[in-house]
Amino acid sequence: MPSVTIQIPARKSKKRNLWREIAKDYKRNKYLILMALPVLTWYFIFHYLPMYGVIIAFKDFNPMRGILGSEWIGFAHFKSFFNGFYAWRVIKNTLMISVYQLVFGFPMPIILALLLNELQNKAFKKTIQTITYLPHFVSLVVICGMIVDFTSKNGIINDAIELLGMERRSLLLYPEYFRTIYTGSGIWQSVGWGSIIYLAALSGIDQELYSAASIDGAGRWKQFLNVTLPGIAPTVIVLLILNIGRMMNEGFEKIILLYNATIYETADTISSFVYRRGLVEANYSFSSAVGLFNSMVNVILIVSANRISRMVNETSLW
Amino acid sequence: MVVKRSISNIIFDISNYLFLTLLMVITLYPFWHVIMASFSNHVELTAHTGLLLRPAGFSLDAYKAVLDNRMIYSGYRNTLFYVVIGTALNLIMTSMGAYVLVRKGFFWRRFIFTLILITMFFSGGLIPTYLLVQSLGLVDSIWALILPGLISTWNLIIMRTNFASVPDSVIESSTIDGANEFVTLFRIMLPLSLPVIAVMTLYYGVHHWNAWFGAMIYLRSRSLYPLQLILREILLANDTNSMMVGVGHTDRESVSETIKYATIMAATLPILCAYPFVQKYFVKGVMIGAVKG
Repeated sequence: MPSVTIQIPARKSKKRNLWREIAKDYKRNKYLILMALPVLTWYFIFHYLPMYGVIIAFKDFNPMRGILGSEWIGFAHFKSFFNGFYAWRVIKNTLMISVYQLVFGFPMPIILALLLNELQNKAFKKTIQTITYLPHFVSLVVICGMIVDFTSKNGIINDAIELLGMERRSLLLYPEYFRTIYTGSGIWQSVGWGSIIYLAALSGIDQELYSAASIDGAGRWKQFLNVTLPGIAPTVIVLLILNIGRMMNEGFEKIILLYNATIYETADTISSFVYRRGLVEANYSFSSAVGLFNSMVNVILIVSANRISRMVNETSLW
Repeated sequence: MVVKRSISNIIFDISNYLFLTLLMVITLYPFWHVIMASFSNHVELTAHTGLLLRPAGFSLDAYKAVLDNRMIYSGYRNTLFYVVIGTALNLIMTSMGAYVLVRKGFFWRRFIFTLILITMFFSGGLIPTYLLVQSLGLVDSIWALILPGLISTWNLIIMRTNFASVPDSVIESSTIDGANEFVTLFRIMLPLSLPVIAVMTLYYGVHHWNAWFGAMIYLRSRSLYPLQLILREILLANDTNSMMVGVGHTDRESVSETIKYATIMAATLPILCAYPFVQKYFVKGVMIGAVKG
């Protein structure tokens, strides 16, 4: 009996404590609250309202009736996407571009960092770094303009192709070349910039390990195998897992700047499909459904990637 | 340290230097090509094949056409506005957000942090965001390019990590002296975090300079277009006609080539000039970002 009488006031006082704490905090941290308010308002409007807006994926959205007034239709848009002709194509294209980037793009910055690490001439190293970082800062529009120009029928790449005895053709009009152009130009854009993180990892390797190895008679190659590689392995593994986690998350800006209707067969990815169906054809509900499917897959991939990274490496991103 | 240089070592070093030099050439050649082509005579450029090591017949006609194009000027003016105003607002909002997250003893700290972190995993996506901007009445307004991107959560977390390294005692003593939190943030915290502020300014600034997609979907009036959108029309939609008043029809295609190159130059030159001076800050930014938040 007594225990009951004690319990009720205890619970009450806990509640009251919380309110008292909030009130106390309000008095003490008025200015912090004032400072947090615009930030929170912004997050609410520009992140949480669109999250709520996603429900149009399950509705037959009609701009005249608004989000709330439109009719619920359940999973109809998802069904029509997966039963349609395009689902498989855009999923395959998204995955293929990611695979190209993982296989060809991912190792390049590592190789560059390792080669830079072997240079004794500091000035030369600095020059290479400065120059290879440069394309990262040039705007995507300009880079795509250059790509279009260089791959055009009169472009410099076709000059080389003609020299090899083959026929000139506008490369961006042939589906079989798109992934190569996309990935190749991507490497050109980002190999230098991507190497920074590996160079940081390399500079973090304890120099005494090298001295110890050379005292033990390890030559340069042996030092590379036994000190350098193990030294950057954790960074490589984390970034690899992270990249795999982003496999379905290919951005669309570069794609929609480069592609055209004749090469949709290989160039149209999930995100460019969402953009075209949604914003060009104003098919809001359908493309929101496709986008929602895509972002769900992304969350699952990135969370599992982090799990795996933690298991393999005891390093996680959060 | 004496390094024993065996034959295989020397061979490796030489091939390493050769390979990296080749990489340097491959990186630079496209820019060189654009520069040289922009100074070329359009007839000779069309006839030219192979590497373009110097202008094919010198001509400044393309630059004249670019400088006569009013859209380039208005694009520049608009881009400057978006970069300056956009970046300033980005910095104010991001630093306020980062600051409240490092103040110990603030009741709402964890709550706010959680709300912010959630947005790194879930987003409404392109279409709901577009509909939101539309329903806020921002379509065809300059604010459509500034408000939706006011805070980059990733940058906010980098900033928070840096703010957290400022000793609490410094902040506490400032607040005890009676300065309110705004004064503490802008007078104490920011001056103590100048490197990260520099990095954030550059990140946000470059982002605004390069942005084109938001402008494409939200803006209707050409007078508001940023430079990148104008560039897109000229480079990718092949819209050079407005610049070729008085050019004969047969010449148009080849003239438009040199105009494209000159346009790239006009738009990229500021970046190329500023680049050597600011490069190290960007590299610093990558390092700061690499520290786990």
